[in-house]
Amino acid sequence: MSATTHPADHAADHHDHKPYGLSRWLFTTNHKDIGTMYLLFGLLMAIVGGFLSLGIRAELFMPGLQILQPETFNSFMTLHGLIMVFGAVMPVFVGFANWLIPMQIGAADMAFPRMNNWSFWLLPPAAILLAGSFFVEGGAIQSGWTLYPPLFTQSGISGDMTILAVHILGASSIMGSINIVTTVLNLRAPGMTLMKLPLFVWTWLITAYLLIAVMPVLAGAVTMLLTDRHFGTSFFNAAGGGDPTMFMHIFWFFGHPEVYIIILPAFGIVSQIIPAFSRKPLFGYASMVYATSSIAILSFIVWGHHMFTVGMPAAGQLFFMYATMLIAVPTGVKVFNWIATMWRGSLTFETPMLWALGFLFMFTMGGFTGLVLAITPVDITLHNSYYVVAHFHYTMVAGASFAIFGGVYFWWPKWTGKMYNESFGKLHFWWTTIGFNLTFFPQHFLGLAGMPRRIPDYALQFAEWNMISSIGAFFLAAGQIFFMITLWLSYKSGAPAKDRQWEGADSLEWTHLPSPVPYHTFETVPVLK
Amino acid sequence: MINKHKNGWARAGRIAKRTLAVAELAMSKLFLLVIGALSLPALAAYDVDIPPPATAIASEIYNLHYYILIVCVVIFVAVFGAMFYSIFKFRKSQGAKPDVNFHESTLIEIIWTVIPFIILIAMAIPATSTILAMKDSSNPDLTIKVVGYQWGWQYEYQQDGVSFYSSLATPWAQVGQPGVPATEARGPNYLLEVDNPMVVPVGKKVRLLITSNDVLHGWYVPALGVNQYGIPGFIKDSWFKVEKAGTYKGQCSQICGKLHGFMPITVVAKSPADYDAWVKEAKTKFAIPTADSPAVAPVAVATLVDEPGKKWTLDELKKAGESIYSANCAACHQADGKGNPAMKAKALDGSPIVTGPKAGQIAILLKGRPNTQMGGFDRLSDVELAAVATYSRNSWGNKVGDTVQPADIKSARK
Amino acid sequence: MSAHTGGYYFAPPSKWPLVGSTALFLMAIGGVLAMNSIQPGGWIFLAIGSAVLVWMLFGWFGDVIGESEKGLYDKQVDMSFRWSMSWFIFSEVMFFAAFFGALFYARVYSVPWLADMDNRLLWDSFSAAWPTAGPYFDPNPAYQFSAMSAWGIPALNTMLLLSSGATITWAHWGLLQNKRNQLVMGLFLTILLGVVFLGFQVYEYVHAYSDLNLKLTSGIFGSTFYLLTGFHGFHVTLGATMLIVILVRSMKGHFTAERHFAFEAVAWYWHFVDVVWLGLFVVVYWLV
Ligand code: HEA
Ligand code: HEA
Ligand code: CUA
Ligand SMILES: [Cu+2]
Repeated sequence: MSATTHPADHAADHHDHKPYGLSRWLFTTNHKDIGTMYLLFGLLMAIVGGFLSLGIRAELFMPGLQILQPETFNSFMTLHGLIMVFGAVMPVFVGFANWLIPMQIGAADMAFPRMNNWSFWLLPPAAILLAGSFFVEGGAIQSGWTLYPPLFTQSGISGDMTILAVHILGASSIMGSINIVTTVLNLRAPGMTLMKLPLFVWTWLITAYLLIAVMPVLAGAVTMLLTDRHFGTSFFNAAGGGDPTMFMHIFWFFGHPEVYIIILPAFGIVSQIIPAFSRKPLFGYASMVYATSSIAILSFIVWGHHMFTVGMPAAGQLFFMYATMLIAVPTGVKVFNWIATMWRGSLTFETPMLWALGFLFMFTMGGFTGLVLAITPVDITLHNSYYVVAHFHYTMVAGASFAIFGGVYFWWPKWTGKMYNESFGKLHFWWTTIGFNLTFFPQHFLGLAGMPRRIPDYALQFAEWNMISSIGAFFLAAGQIFFMITLWLSYKSGAPAKDRQWEGADSLEWTHLPSPVPYHTFETVPVLK
Repeated sequence: MINKHKNGWARAGRIAKRTLAVAELAMSKLFLLVIGALSLPALAAYDVDIPPPATAIASEIYNLHYYILIVCVVIFVAVFGAMFYSIFKFRKSQGAKPDVNFHESTLIEIIWTVIPFIILIAMAIPATSTILAMKDSSNPDLTIKVVGYQWGWQYEYQQDGVSFYSSLATPWAQVGQPGVPATEARGPNYLLEVDNPMVVPVGKKVRLLITSNDVLHGWYVPALGVNQYGIPGFIKDSWFKVEKAGTYKGQCSQICGKLHGFMPITVVAKSPADYDAWVKEAKTKFAIPTADSPAVAPVAVATLVDEPGKKWTLDELKKAGESIYSANCAACHQADGKGNPAMKAKALDGSPIVTGPKAGQIAILLKGRPNTQMGGFDRLSDVELAAVATYSRNSWGNKVGDTVQPADIKSARK
Repeated sequence: MSAHTGGYYFAPPSKWPLVGSTALFLMAIGGVLAMNSIQPGGWIFLAIGSAVLVWMLFGWFGDVIGESEKGLYDKQVDMSFRWSMSWFIFSEVMFFAAFFGALFYARVYSVPWLADMDNRLLWDSFSAAWPTAGPYFDPNPAYQFSAMSAWGIPALNTMLLLSSGATITWAHWGLLQNKRNQLVMGLFLTILLGVVFLGFQVYEYVHAYSDLNLKLTSGIFGSTFYLLTGFHGFHVTLGATMLIVILVRSMKGHFTAERHFAFEAVAWYWHFVDVVWLGLFVVVYWLV
């Protein structure tokens, strides 16, 4: 299809314009290059964050302090959370968006290619500030990724490095999101109406909207932390009439939508994979779009469920409990639609499908534990226990990260033009699934039994499950090395992929573009009927 | 699960593939095994449940959790029953043909929107009544003010006039340090034992007024159904009414810095008669500090009794000051007086204020420094403050050579 | 990359994003050093970073203006700009919302709570009046302050900004009817009003510090007052700077009655800043 007709003078211009060497990456305005950089950056950060999580699990392998001082443990735990959320998972999803959105809507690139590159290149400085904070006097911050004052206010220089890193990350996310929203709203190929968009594009459109709405709020919150630290303001200081609880409200007004920012693109990926391997259109397309929008809207009014123990009035607890429980309805609609898509399909279980099914099964477990936590009285006894840690790893690792893996296997042939080894891919799936459950399932028990989170050492009754969890974590991590080997082998010597590698996949990148996709796509805009 | 793609390095041969297939199968079996094993009730020796409730609210919570859990498991089994059914029934390898027209049904969508909604209402009703019960802290029999410190608790009995500190009793020798193994065997209550537990009467409604002196803490005792942040500058309340005598354990639930994991809570519930006896004893052991009767510091330094007008020697003060320092100051300023930059705790060793005029140091000891984590220590007695001031002026590299007398503190308090 | 793809202009590779990132990185390092009194490194990094940022802004916007003047931007590109500017302003609204939220929370929740029955235990004599410097500072004479009256300079400033909204609309009419003098005059007046506003704001701060003893450190009142008005003032400064760019471009003969999105974008921004001020005037000055 790429046989496009151009005036001769332009043609030369187009096809010789692929820059080489370092400057290709530094100055690029190509959505695929930028997408690749996002993905690689995310992978690198996942390795750093994974390394930190192994530090945590190694210390928790048995009672007593063995390898980390308590303050270093706190730094590891905090930076693990920050780096995984802001450095790994979010950028990886933006990488997917960059690669896929233009191809799926029939555009040649993102609406603002230069700004797109800036969004990416803001990440490394932020990452350097975060990672660098380990090496300054006093070490990295120790307040947990939620940055609650007054503990955060006690941080050393690293506190300021973190605040400014968050500002930069926020700028990056906002610009990236504006770019995505504009691209989707304005650069669709003729005939590509909103209700024909692949679901991945829809979920990203809504995610981008959430990001534009809440990243500035986070920036505002950390700005107030900064002025409290250095300029004598009293936003979060009762002595001056402020309130630490106020920070929590502002943070979670950002923070809860943030967790849907992490899960919605994952929903999008899964909504592409399941129909492809069921050989049947997604069930209830319109209701999927409405459900996603409802989740996004509800996400703005549930933040208080992170704060049931701050001593809010009963009316507040009731409101936030009801609102939070409501989110189960649209999420349920999505789960049911996925299963109905498989119903009366013609299923095969290639690697991406396995990941999607693993996602479905375990994300739903995470959703249910979320519902348990939403029940205020139950949350009173589980808040800040390992039950919460189990809950959010089921949603963010078995949820978001499983979708990422599925998406990587799904689009890898399109991106690189090479096939990976299916057996290796499946092995990676089972390896990760077992490791994951071994690591995080016991944490439910730890939480129920009352083990608080964010502690470097624990009472003896928690010893067995912690040991199992730590063994699981190392097993899990080893599986990811196998993942990288699998991809590397494929990259070096994989079999060539077909243009439409998955017979059931029907979005534009499969039906209208070759594998691998040429450097410039859709130089003539495809027209859809 | 046969690999249908002829990729370039299938040259690795059939053997390798078969091994992988076997490994895969083994993995999937192992997965089921792991899931199975984890849910075996035979593992009851390991803790897998919320601790046995000791208050009515905690029992409600306990039951509520089971109720929600069971409903969720039922839904889960139903939903994933359908998924596994599809997985086995609608396989391409079994010749399943896709029914491409089955992709839209408003009726079905409405059904699976409404049913969950109804289930949620059924969950919300008991939860609501528990919340309302939980929040009703009116008419307490006893009120205790709970103050979180980095890293310990203070309990102030409002009616009985008893106030004391409660902190970790497990010796550090049981904990060990990175690279330095623990030298003592760990006891059964490792990290859960405190020097002075909170004591309460059974069957009485105890209201807690929870706050903090520095950062956020969380007063968390699962068996009592209480988990409440202590927020500096604010009083937040909670309550419990223990039904049977016993010892209930918990920990600080909100990260509060370095020793967050070492901030346990113990509540001992006694019969009202035993409680009264305890109050009597406690009144002498830890009376609330007033101008005339000084408080006792967290670590017992009961020997430090001030005789009005007595002039203390440098050695006496320094010796007494050391234990006061390690109980109150060392967490931040460190035992070696070098401070902790991570917490913005200044070094006292060589500090111009510590080695400067007495008045300057005393003012800070009493009032603290606004907008920092250095709070005032006016709750300590004159002699204790005198001792700790003298100690810091004459320890490590500090060689001021003078003493701070209780009388200096007394006059500075005005 | 291709200069026109299906008509839509996609920018070729550019160094400016990387330059911009470098600038922000240097400024962040400078900020960290300066705030922690590590001198003179802090100011040096800040100065270099800012200089690089200014260079980037000139270079990048220079490229955009050049492309625009070359007529590379078609209707669709114009539409992209419209979408993106609207979403950008929405993000700014949310940024301000965080600070307005803080003020709301302090007035409705935290200050009354601090004065309620239970909190007597901690702050026995605090009463929930607004303005306040908080229970710890209030009793201290060094922290006693008076709030800024709404009906002096702030009211005047409201008038100024409202009129500037009118003058920029007038300038827009001029542009639409191809009356270039009216365009330039309108822009000039708008900038003038903006600058006078800023001047008054500075004067007011000086007055607050020296006569009212109202400082950034005056508890929650001072904190919210200065953060909200200061952040707004910063936006006025940005807006005025952008207006100056538009003015210079107008004098150079840029923009036509049909194609002038840069003008409109800045006008939208200016109106946004204006509306924020109205909110500020009501909740920060008036409802004290
Ligand atoms: C991707 C991330 C993600 C996602 C998707 C979710 C989804 C949900 N979360 Fe979670 N959550 C986090 C990430 C996430 N969470 C994180 C990171 C934290 C901790 C932050 C910190 O403190 O550090 C947290 C903490 C957290 C808490 C606070 C716990 C505490 O600190 O005490 C609560 C409490 O209500 C909660 C609830 C929920 C709920 C109700 C959902 C719902 O959206 C789930 C809905 C899904 C389902 C319910 C399953 C599918 C539905 C059906 C099959 C339909 C039928 C079902 C019924 C009728 C019940 N979450
Ligand atoms: C998305 C976010 C994310 C991810 C992926 C993980 C992954 C892991 N985390 Fe988690 N974690 C958090 C977010 C995340 N975590 C957060 C927010 C906290 C709270 C911090 C706080 O309390 O403040 C936390 C806290 C936390 C704790 C509690 C610490 C404490 O309270 O003291 C523990 C302990 O076991 C833990 C362990 C692990 C382990 C073993 C993994 C392993 O799963 C890691 C193994 C690695 C992988 C499975 C790879 C994942 C792959 C990707 C991310 C994408 C790869 C990219 C491409 C393919 C392009 N984490
Ligand atoms: Cu105190 Cu954690
Ligand atoms: Cu949430």
